[in-house]
Amino acid sequence: MKMPCPNHPRMEIARDIIDKNGLIFAFLCVGLVMVFSFWVAKHLLGNKIPGVAIAIVIGLALALLGGNKGIADVPLFAGMAVLGGAMLRDFAVVSTAMSADLSQVKRAGLAGLIALFTGVSVSFFLGVLIALAMGYTDAVSLTTIGAGACTYIVGPVTGTAIGASSDVIAISVATGVVKTIFTTIVTPLIAKAIQLDNPHSAIVFGGLLGTTSGVIAGLAATDEKLVPYGALTATFYTGLGCLLCPSVFYLVVAFF
Amino acid sequence: MKIYGVALLAACFLIGKLLGNLLGQLINIDSDIGGVGFAMFLLMAANIYLRRKNLLPPETESGILFWSAMYIPIIVAMAATLNVRAALSGGFVTLAAGVGVTVACMLLVPVLSKIGRGDENALPQSPEDGDR
Repeated sequence: MKMPCPNHPRMEIARDIIDKNGLIFAFLCVGLVMVFSFWVAKHLLGNKIPGVAIAIVIGLALALLGGNKGIADVPLFAGMAVLGGAMLRDFAVVSTAMSADLSQVKRAGLAGLIALFTGVSVSFFLGVLIALAMGYTDAVSLTTIGAGACTYIVGPVTGTAIGASSDVIAISVATGVVKTIFTTIVTPLIAKAIQLDNPHSAIVFGGLLGTTSGVIAGLAATDEKLVPYGALTATFYTGLGCLLCPSVFYLVVAFF
Repeated sequence: MKIYGVALLAACFLIGKLLGNLLGQLINIDSDIGGVGFAMFLLMAANIYLRRKNLLPPETESGILFWSAMYIPIIVAMAATLNVRAALSGGFVTLAAGVGVTVACMLLVPVLSKIGRGDENALPQSPEDGDR
């Protein structure tokens, strides 16, 4: 629309069509990424790395082309923000419950609950310790960065609640994003070593890591069948973090 | 009809989100707590109930299964819209905290996975006292 696009009238028509049908164009783009990834996985890597994992890494690389909203910052690809946005993501994730086994969920219920509390506490306090080691000393900054180590939503929610400066909030968001991306990439590599190969440990995994995007993407790249189980607990994590960090955890940090 | 399945999914989704937001309001946080989780439980319950009543023809089910097949492309699109640049340029604190915390939590997975596992020793999938 506002792009200094080439003046050729046919180019303008093409751009206009894509502008008006961004979501459809996103289907095409992601489809092409998937075709390419699965081709590479099969023919170049002998199926040693799942095609889904390659597709996700390509997605992350594409995100570098933009800024805040990744590739969606490039006007041509604005539709990617709709396809990859929270609404469709959550809708699709809920639909995976169709293939989840309720008895597995029941059996892992307690472990999942403990994992949630452990995950939030460990992430927060380890985040605080690392920030402390890096030279941050005031309780507000420490708490905000620790909260960011939970997820990139807990960070700004906490920071805003306790009055952190905007650059500290930015750091906390970036910390959460690093966690999401690192989880996405490392999960399929480390899955065997941490016995992440059954619904039970997927539920624990979701509760411990908590970054819904990272958990879903990481599990998808590991074994698609595990996704609903990880998503189930991860979805409670951010809420729990938003509950604990600006209140109990902040008081604990302020006390020291 | 496929739309029945999609509509059922939409109903579960919206009710779940509503519950999540109500829970958030209840404890004074302006956000959604576990909305997706509640929605998943609703869908699992509906699945079991409708199957028992024989009200879930394959055609209806395929409306839901379409969306669960779509989530991987959606995840790829999501990955492409993350703020990767900020993550890379956030400085050392960001990297250290993000990576350190993730590794620590991952290492806890096998430890906490033992909880609630005691009653299924009969299953051959995990050798008891496996020393790895």
